[in-house]
Amino acid sequence: MGICKGILDAAVEAAEGQNATRINEIRISVGELTEIVEYALQFAFEALSAGTMAEGGTLVVEHISAASKCGQCGVEFEHGVFDAVCPDCGNPFNENIRGRELRIDSIDIDTAEGPGAAGADSGPAKDAAAHGVHDEAGE
Amino acid sequence: MEVDISKPILDRNERLAQENRALFDEKGIFVLDLMASPGAGKTSTILATIAALRDRYRIAVIEGDIASKVDAEKISAHGIPAVQINTGGACHLESDMIQRAVGALDVDDLDLIIVENVGNLVCPTEFNLGENAKVMILSVPEGHDKPYKYPNIFAISEAVILNKYDTVSVFDFDEDEFRSVVTSLNPSAPVFPMSATKGDGVDAWVQWLAGRVDKAKAMANEA
Repeated sequence: MGICKGILDAAVEAAEGQNATRINEIRISVGELTEIVEYALQFAFEALSAGTMAEGGTLVVEHISAASKCGQCGVEFEHGVFDAVCPDCGNPFNENIRGRELRIDSIDIDTAEGPGAAGADSGPAKDAAAHGVHDEAGE
Repeated sequence: MEVDISKPILDRNERLAQENRALFDEKGIFVLDLMASPGAGKTSTILATIAALRDRYRIAVIEGDIASKVDAEKISAHGIPAVQINTGGACHLESDMIQRAVGALDVDDLDLIIVENVGNLVCPTEFNLGENAKVMILSVPEGHDKPYKYPNIFAISEAVILNKYDTVSVFDFDEDEFRSVVTSLNPSAPVFPMSATKGDGVDAWVQWLAGRVDKAKAMANEA
């Protein structure tokens, strides 16, 4: 829930900075070593996005596998949650290089009218801008 | 329109955590984030730690609970400053709550702040509070297989307290297996078997903690 609120806050803040009227999609990256469960996140997203400009939008989660660098021989290797042991030399003391991500990558938004306004290239048509600038013009 | 953001989801929490940490470093205060399930013995462990270290360090406690002041009252009854945070439903503490709680403490008169996180083995792991160390407690009745179920908290804790150790035979707790899974998740974390209410094993734990507190103080003095 707290994580999801962090996602929404960051997305809405960025969207407001672009004068967005609607957030169609939020893309995030989640490492395998975090405690994030996607269905719980999706459920929280549905609940928390209600009444915000992300309501009805999609949360796209990219899962990132875990990897570490051996503290002894320097080899980089992928691993799961319980087997972060260097496959070459067996050293268990390693530096994590991937898998703890909790990152918001990008958002896809619709913006209002005006010069420089951009229509969403993939936004749902049902939200076609009331001001008639819902096009592919971009900036 | 695609807008690139590329920042940590918990950006705000991280920022405030760094502010907290800067204050703790400046004041030479060691901050311990103690995490465990409800009922594992967080408050008892804190009381045992206070009893062992109160002549050596100036200690305060920040209590995190969903509701009530009972834990802070237990600590205050021992003459130790305690601030209660009620999260009002949230299952973990965040760095802004710590910031507010620390505001109610006299940071010029402290060596050690013990933060008792909300009883939970999942969410507290993802939130940096600005602490110097996260430590977790597992109590024997919870079972030796807990690290399989909640690996992350074991992986990120700098030490693991195995509390209610006096009941190890009653609960058929396989200590060897427990230690081997903890080691596979976190090879550098020491495991401290302890019975907080009876006092057994408390010495080894407080020695470890005191070592960390002294080190933080020495670094603050150098700076």
